[in-house]
Amino acid sequence: MSGAREKIEGSFRGQSDDFHLEASFSVPASGVTGVYGPSGCGKTTLLRCLAGLVKYQGALNFKGETWQDETQRIFKKPHERRVGYVFQEPSLFPHLSVQQNLSFGLERAQRDTVEVRINQDEVVQFLRAESLLQRAPQDLSGGERQRIAIGRALLSQPQLLLLDEPLSALDDYARKEIMMCLEDISSRFAIPVFYVSHDMREMERLADTLLLMEAGKVIGFGPLAEVQADPSLPLYHASESAVTILGRVQNLDEPYHLAEVAIPGGTITISGQNLSTGDNLRLSIKASDVSFVSDPAPATSILNCLPGRIVSVAPCQRDAGHVIVQVALGQAGDGARLLGCITRKSCDRLELQAGKPIYAQIKSIAVMR
Amino acid sequence: MEDILTTIRLTLMLALVSTLILLVVSTPIAWWLVHSRARWKEVVAAIVALPLVLPPTVLGFYLLIALGPQGPGGWLAGLVGGRSMAFTFEGLVMGSVIYSLPFVVQPLRNAFAAIGPRPLEVAATLGASPRDAFLSVALPLAWPGFITGAVLGFAHTLGEFGVVLMIGGNIPGETRVISVAIYDYVENLQWREAHILTAGMLLFSFLVIFTTMKLTQKTGRAGW
Repeated sequence: MSGAREKIEGSFRGQSDDFHLEASFSVPASGVTGVYGPSGCGKTTLLRCLAGLVKYQGALNFKGETWQDETQRIFKKPHERRVGYVFQEPSLFPHLSVQQNLSFGLERAQRDTVEVRINQDEVVQFLRAESLLQRAPQDLSGGERQRIAIGRALLSQPQLLLLDEPLSALDDYARKEIMMCLEDISSRFAIPVFYVSHDMREMERLADTLLLMEAGKVIGFGPLAEVQADPSLPLYHASESAVTILGRVQNLDEPYHLAEVAIPGGTITISGQNLSTGDNLRLSIKASDVSFVSDPAPATSILNCLPGRIVSVAPCQRDAGHVIVQVALGQAGDGARLLGCITRKSCDRLELQAGKPIYAQIKSIAVMR
Repeated sequence: MEDILTTIRLTLMLALVSTLILLVVSTPIAWWLVHSRARWKEVVAAIVALPLVLPPTVLGFYLLIALGPQGPGGWLAGLVGGRSMAFTFEGLVMGSVIYSLPFVVQPLRNAFAAIGPRPLEVAATLGASPRDAFLSVALPLAWPGFITGAVLGFAHTLGEFGVVLMIGGNIPGETRVISVAIYDYVENLQWREAHILTAGMLLFSFLVIFTTMKLTQKTGRAGW
């Protein structure tokens, strides 16, 4: 994965009403890039820059194609960029039927002789929207409208899909339903997605790449787990700090209702409810659920005790009594990264320092999807 | 009676032509007033709104000069072999358009502003050029504003008196409209004719307003 053809590279700067935007990044042009940060930090502005809805100074390169560049006097207008944009509120056209809303972008793509790779039947089935087509936008619930808005964006045959907190205006039920669709949207339609949210749990479920923003600035970007485990970034020190690990169910331990899951650098055991062999999982392990021992404990109720090597030990910025230890799993220390939040006293007693072999005990593991 | 019919026909013609021109002229002005970031935009808005407060005779006076042989109207008339545009039907149309402009621009401006930026942004991200978005999204959404603007423009042109008298005079079949005719009939104590025209105007105005209200109710939003 290298070269400009597989990347989306942007750099924007300028003054807005609330902040000074300074956003430079380079992310893969595949999978889901989560844009994460507190409310009002410029996430939406960044997305609007990508769509060309606002013009800040800077440059934007999409898979080797220049969408914006001052030095070459290039600025593609939104309708020339082929981006799908789903806004926070569904924004269906009230003067058109649901069907006409869905076809709006598709018709224009066809008129511009764009190859149709995403067709209506596929999208309608994917969003489970069959029963909505004959109804008027005004008669749909918020969640139903947002599903149509997502379908409308997909049908415009975009090269890039931008989702601006599409769940925030919805109730829990609708949120869950749409979340399930969003998990597959990028791979199913082979399209890079930018997903804006201030909810870390949504990021843990969806994002492959994470782009962190704070007060108008991009402060870090990279693969989700790397950004989570980077001591120089705020997620590392957050009270809910955790890492997301991808795993695959290897074995079911039927009598105990447990499942063995292979993760980079080891195997862990989790509750086997509703799992089958071969399932790909996204697991989240909180730093507060990880503790360390220098030898594998002879008898403990904790099932997961994995060997690894300490990568870094950093004081927790939030709490002077604690440190956060980053461990790479595996005897050689080349597996997945884990974070563990322990007291400074325990750290001194165990003489933890970078490079030292250690065993990580994991008290609980959340299956995100 | 022949007189009355000619007057009614001429008045309707004037109102119809003026309204059509008003809609064509006001749409870009209203759009610009909503979407421009120019600092002098409010100056333009004030100039457009001027006929609301200007005494019709004052407006009529300047129009008379502009339409006369020395003004741009005279120059325009020269192109088709005339001498002046004052006291002609065409001159009257021009005067009406200027006089009724705020009554059409304002409802359109409100209607365009009520749409907000979002639907146009959605259209742009769905591949619609600005022109396409205007035609397929802004126009249909601003529809009630167009009805309101057309009705106000039409009704206002129908009822103008001062400006017509200043620039059109009272030439039967050319510039003699209902409002002037009523005044004339009353002056000459022709009460029957005056009654016919005034009652007709009253009924017509009521019908127009009533139908508009019904129409805009159905489509949801009125532009006023």
